[in-house]
Parts: sequence; structure tokens; C-alpha cells
Amino acid sequence: MGVLGQQLLNGLVTGSAYALIALGYTMVYGVLQLINFAHGEIYMVGAFVGLLLVTVVKLPFLAALPLAMLAAALVGVTVEFVAYRPLRRSSRLAVLISAIGMSIFLQNVALWIFGPATRSFPPPFQVSVLQIGPLRTNTLALLTLGVALVMMVGLHYLVRHTKTGKAMRAVAQDRDTAALMGINVNRTIALTFLIGSSLAAAAGVMVGMLFNAVVPTMGVMPGLKGFVAAVLGGIGNIPGAMLGGIVLGLAETMGVALLSSQWRDAIAFAILILVLLYKPSGLLGARVEEKV
Amino acid sequence: MALLEVSGLTIQFGGLRAVDDVTFHVDEGEIFAIIGPNGAGKTTVFNMLTGIYKPTAGEIKFQGRLINNMKAYEVTRLGVARTFQNIRLFGEMQVWENVVVGAHTRLRSGLFASVFKPPGTRREERAAREKAYEHLAFVGLQGWETQRARNLPYGAQRRLELARALAAEPKLILLDEPAAGMNAQETAELLELIRKLKERGITVILIEHDMKLVMGISERIVVLDHGRKIAEGTPEEVRRNEAVITAYLGAGANVGH
Amino acid sequence: MPVLDLVNEALREWINPYYYGIFLVMGINMILAMSLNLVTGFTGQLHLGHAGFMAIGAYTAGILATKGGAAFLPAVLAGGVAAAFFGFVVGLPTLRLRGDYLAIATLGFGEIVRIAILNLDITGGAFGLRGIPRLTNLPIVIIAVLLTYVILHSLIRSRVGRAFIAIREDEVAASAMGIETTRMKVTAFVLAAFFAGVAGGLYAFWFRFISPGSFGFLLSIEILSMVVLGGLGNLLGSVLGAGFITYLPELLRTSVPAVAQHRMVFYGALLVLAMIVRPNGLLGTSSEQGWLEMWLARRKAKHAARGPARLEAAAPGQDGADGRSGE
Repeated sequence: MGVLGQQLLNGLVTGSAYALIALGYTMVYGVLQLINFAHGEIYMVGAFVGLLLVTVVKLPFLAALPLAMLAAALVGVTVEFVAYRPLRRSSRLAVLISAIGMSIFLQNVALWIFGPATRSFPPPFQVSVLQIGPLRTNTLALLTLGVALVMMVGLHYLVRHTKTGKAMRAVAQDRDTAALMGINVNRTIALTFLIGSSLAAAAGVMVGMLFNAVVPTMGVMPGLKGFVAAVLGGIGNIPGAMLGGIVLGLAETMGVALLSSQWRDAIAFAILILVLLYKPSGLLGARVEEKV
Repeated sequence: MALLEVSGLTIQFGGLRAVDDVTFHVDEGEIFAIIGPNGAGKTTVFNMLTGIYKPTAGEIKFQGRLINNMKAYEVTRLGVARTFQNIRLFGEMQVWENVVVGAHTRLRSGLFASVFKPPGTRREERAAREKAYEHLAFVGLQGWETQRARNLPYGAQRRLELARALAAEPKLILLDEPAAGMNAQETAELLELIRKLKERGITVILIEHDMKLVMGISERIVVLDHGRKIAEGTPEEVRRNEAVITAYLGAGANVGH
Repeated sequence: MPVLDLVNEALREWINPYYYGIFLVMGINMILAMSLNLVTGFTGQLHLGHAGFMAIGAYTAGILATKGGAAFLPAVLAGGVAAAFFGFVVGLPTLRLRGDYLAIATLGFGEIVRIAILNLDITGGAFGLRGIPRLTNLPIVIIAVLLTYVILHSLIRSRVGRAFIAIREDEVAASAMGIETTRMKVTAFVLAAFFAGVAGGLYAFWFRFISPGSFGFLLSIEILSMVVLGGLGNLLGSVLGAGFITYLPELLRTSVPAVAQHRMVFYGALLVLAMIVRPNGLLGTSSEQGWLEMWLARRKAKHAARGPARLEAAAPGQDGADGRSGE
């Protein structure tokens, strides 16, 4: 029981990071029907900015985290402005190719600047090991969970109870009608990128510290898994992304416990294929009907 | 004899019943119209008739066969073709190619023949292209054959959609607002074309906002409002129908002239 | 095939070994780019795991040759068939759905292939597979390129090829025309996988050593860049795009080494820029014809009587007054 509980806890921590990434995918998919391939790179940018702020500028965690989120959010909005906005009326294929191009570009610019070596990301505070009954964890893991929780509650409030959130939901429903209703569609889309990117950056900073590793290619796998989590929960569906992230994190830790860690990354894709086969609309479902 | 029988047709999107318990039939060789204010569910009915949407409830029978659960391509194969309200051509393809794609179900060549082009396939290709040119001439697009579809002017694109649908050699053709955006002369030409379709023995269902066109050409009309059928009958009957007048006055439009 | 050997001897005499190798890799890339174009350019489905199919072809051919003693041609063809089989397994569930899912599923698939190769015994894991005989040569690759071109070129101008393009242009309209869209998409995907597998086999028999690192995600992106550069839906363009992108790093390696080393930065920018400036790829596209054919046709049209060519001038919105004046 203790082993299982331990796995559940570990899965929950990883899963909360996936959930944060998945939220960005799902929100952007909601407003643009686009898989934002560059999202994983935004996560990476967040981690790097966080690392630099903590190790070079020597900022405390509570200052570094929001600044890293802000920086990554700006990159995310720029990506939208440069690579997606000019293609608003283009074919879906063109936007997808542009997105994958952006992802490759950002990742390789980071490789050029920072080199391929993995850098360590020491947390700017004392991490202590905790023993809760049979479960063993540490303050950093709990902080990760806490940060994810705060972000998700904040997002939920924003989307459900503010004007901005209402505009986002309207644009997701029907962009043209939303525009007719006087909603500034381009600004709403930019805001969506801003929020989604900052959440990914938060995940990047936390995971960077958790694994004590930051590297330009670090966004690829979590990016993919964030997307899988979004599809699992029902793409376009915000609570779905949270649930999908947690479920994926748990499934992965369990899978690794049962199989071996080498197949860790394959588990997410096996789940993706299964979801696409049996429930393409995801756990919580989403609108997929195309207008004819 | 009824070519198409629709009974209790219903579709639900989320909480919205876009089409609710609609029943009508279309006889062979008839020109039939579906009218109604915007958002009445007309195009949704077309999408169900052509297998693009699956009805939540109800039955669609074509030549006595249940086609509810068929895929779009299966329905087309049976002899139902359509045009789209918001023109959906294959823009980068040439005009004649668009028409040959319309004949997809009437051509044979599979993957192997497509690659190695045995004499039979070459013959089929030639015949298909000639046939496509004939369809284009029929709708008045001769001379445009090798243009890219996207470069065609608007009215010509609507005609091309019609030629493309004809290439499927349909028994029943569904025209979704064929006169939308056309001027008076073009509309008159279209009217003539639809009459010619009937002469060819093709049954026509059209959705149309142009009341002059609808009243002038349809033999029977069904009227939808908010997804429900509110009237059915000859143009004369529909024009005098109270419910129809209310629905249209409510929508700020005018029935008839 | 003694004739081929003779030709090969002559080529080896004539071309210096460095360029011989470059030309050979160019040819393999041309096959990869043309086959990817079939899926992405002609059928309109973004496919990001082409390197995965190449890997399956390379390992199948390599294992058959080293462990089964298979001859060159059967081994290469088996590589193609194995890749096609996996193409079917991946394509069928994902291509039923909206196009975007293919992008992510193929991306994931490419990664799974890499992970599987790393962790299986028969592939030699991270150490790679060694001792494959060098049986690929330039004449063979040239023949393979020509065959690929001829087959795909013929396919595109056919009932099936038109169905592919129709799906790219408008999937809903295509299905309303009676095209079984899922089946057609899977067909294009499986065919492309086959050619990628063959290219992988040729690769294995040339380099004699293959390892999982040779077939990473970035290779898939490099192939995509070739297709986009040459034009989506432009077969000849893929040949040129592959030639250019294969040669470019070699050219830059000596002159601007930093750029050669970080070329992925430029490929990424290229993909974005190409979509913004010329959404159909840098060298343009066409439905049935390549840009070269379009250019020739335009020249021919200029020489021929005016007639339909004049119609091109009629701007949309004029309602084609000239167009129908002949009625």
C-alpha cells in the first residue's frame, strides 16, 4: 500500500506539471483550433529564464517565478504575432507547419545560445525531506503541487468569472460572431497565449528545479505529453486539461512501476492512440463538429 | 412515387434541437423546395440527407432504402449529389478536374490502375474528361475548363458546383441556395438550368431565399422555422399559410412578390 | 546486375568520392521528400514522423541482411513493406479524425520507434547495427529516384491522385463527392511509408552502420523543410528542395561553419516564413502540374490563340462577363 501511495504521490506531482502545460494547449486550441507546437519551447524558455534569474541575478524564488512567467508569456505572444496571426485565414496545414517551424526555431536558438549541455537548477531555498505516514516527499515536490493548484484555481476564476474569460469563451465558440459582438478577437487570442504561456513557464521552472536539469531540448517531451493530456481530457476543455494531466502523470508513474523506466515516454503515446481510437472527444468531451 | 422519404428527422447539438421532428417526402422528377428564415435548420437537413451529420432520431429513406447511418460517400454512390451554400470547390484544381472529382464514384480505376494506367484506365480518363467538358458546357462554363477553380468569378463558381454535382450522375440533386449572390439575369439563367435538370429526369431539392425563384419553379415546398416544419404544400398554399406569414413577418421578410 | 556495376565503376571514376557520397544521400532524401509530399503536399495531412518509417525500413533491411543473409533487393523491399505496415497501423486510427491529430500521432510514433530501437535486442540498441554490406550504389539510387518520381507523378494524375488533392482542398466537399476520405488518406500515408522504408533500406546498405540517432525527429523536420522549400504539392519541387537542403550544409560547412552547425534554426525560420509569404511553399504549388509544367503551359498559351487564356484576366467579382459572352 505504501508503494502504491508513493507512486500516486509522485504521479500527482508530475501530472500537475503536465496539467499546467496541457492548459496552454487546450486554451489555444479552443480559440484557434491549432496545435501550438511551440508550446513546449515556451516551457523551456520559462525554465531558462527562471534559472538565469535564480543563479545569475540571485533573485528569490517568489520574484523569479512570476518574472519567468512574464518573460515566457511575452515570447508566447510574440510567437502568436509573428507565426500565427498572419495566417488567420490560411489553411490549417499552413498554420500547423508554421507552428512546427516556430518550435524548431526556438529550440535551436536556445541550443545556439546555451549549448546542448544540461545545466543544473538548484532551488533558491532549503529543500527538506518530509515523511508523511508511509509517504516520503520533499518540500519542493509539495511546492510544485501547490503552485499548480494555485494557477489552476486562478485560471478557473479568470475564465468563469471575468470579462476576459467570457471573451475567450466567446471566441472559442465562434470567432466571427464574437467579433460581431464587439469582442476584440486578436487581443483575446493574444491574451490566451499570454496566459497559456505563463502557465507553461511556471511548469518549466518547477520541473527544472524538481529534476535539477535545464536543457534546450527539455520542452519536446513535456510538450508532447501536455498535448496528450489535453487530448485525453478533451481538447478545448479546460477542466479536461487539468484532469488529463493528472491522469497521464499517474498512468505514467504506474506504467514505469509495472514495466521499466525506459518505456516511460512510450506510455503517453500509447494512451494517445487508445484515446484517439476509442474516445476521440476525450474524457470530458469537447466540441468537434465542423461547420458545413 | 416517393424517391425520398423523411420522417421524424431530428438532430440535437448539445442542448439545441437544430432540426426537430421533420417529416416530408419528395416524389421522383419533382422540383421541391425547403424554405424558412435564417437558422431554421435547412442546411442541417441537407447535411443529414447527404450523410455529413447523423440524425439523432428519425428516418431517411432513399428509393425505399434506409440511409440514416450511411457515410457521405455511400449516399453519393446511391445517387444523391449536392452543392454547398458557402461554395466549397477544390480551389487549386482546374475547373475540369473539379468536375471529374465529382464523377469519382462513377469511375473505376483503383490504386494499381492509377499508377500503371492500363489502356482501359486511359480510355476511362479520356471519357471522363470529355464528359466533364459536356457538363461544363451544360452549365455555361465552356472556355473556362483549364482555369483554376479559385480564379473563377463568384457566379461561375456556383455553376461549377452544379456541374460537379451533375458529374456524380445523381438521381437526386440538392442545391443549397444556388442563387445566393447572383444578379437578376444570372438567377433567370439558373432557373432555366434547374428546369433542364428536371427534363433530364433528375429530382431537385433546393434551399433558397429568393422567393421569386422558389415560387416560380417549385412544385411543392416545405417550410421550416426553428427546426420545425410549419407548413407544406404547393407554392400557392404556402403563400397563403398563416404560420408561414407570421414566421416570415417575424423575421422581417416578405413572402411572395 | 553487371550493367549497373559497370555504370557505377564509370561514375566512381568520374565523380570524386566526396561528391559521390553527397549525390547518393541527395537521392535518398529526394525519395523521402517526394513521398512526404504525397501525404503533406498533395493530401494535406501534416506528417512529422517520416524518419520513423525510414528507420523501420533501414532496420528491417539491415537485420535481414546481417542476421538473415537476405539479398539486397528483397531486403530493401521488405524494409518498404514493413514501413508500410506500420504506416497502416498508425494511419488508420489517426486519419479517421481531423488532420491535426496525424501530426501529433506521427510525431509520437517517430519517438516510439526510436525508443523501441534503443531498447530492443535485435536492433543492437544504442550501439547500433553493424556489418551491413555496402550494396547501395549511385546508379541504384538514381533508378530508385526515377521510379519514385514516375510512380508518384502518374498516381497524382489519376482518379486516386485527384481524390488526394480534393481532400487537401476541402475534405467535406471531397466526401460529398463520394470519396472515402479515410481510406484515401490511409492509402497516401501507407504509400509514403513504403517509399520512406525503401529509402531507409538504401541508406542502411550505403552507410553499413545504423543507429537510433540517425533517424531522430529533426530528420523528419529536415525532410519537411525540403518539401516546403520545393512547394507543397509540387513533386519536382521536392526533388530540387531535397537536392538543395542536402547540399547546403556541405556548402556552408567550410565557409560559415556556425550556420551549418545550427542549420535547424534556419529550417525553423524557413517553415514559418514560407507559410507566411508563400503558403504553398517557396517554389509554389499546383494541383496537377508542377511549376515547371505550369511555366511551360503558360508559354504555350502565350503562343497559342488567345481564347481561354484571356479569361485569366477576368477578376473575380466582375462576375465573368467576358467569360460567358460567347453564349
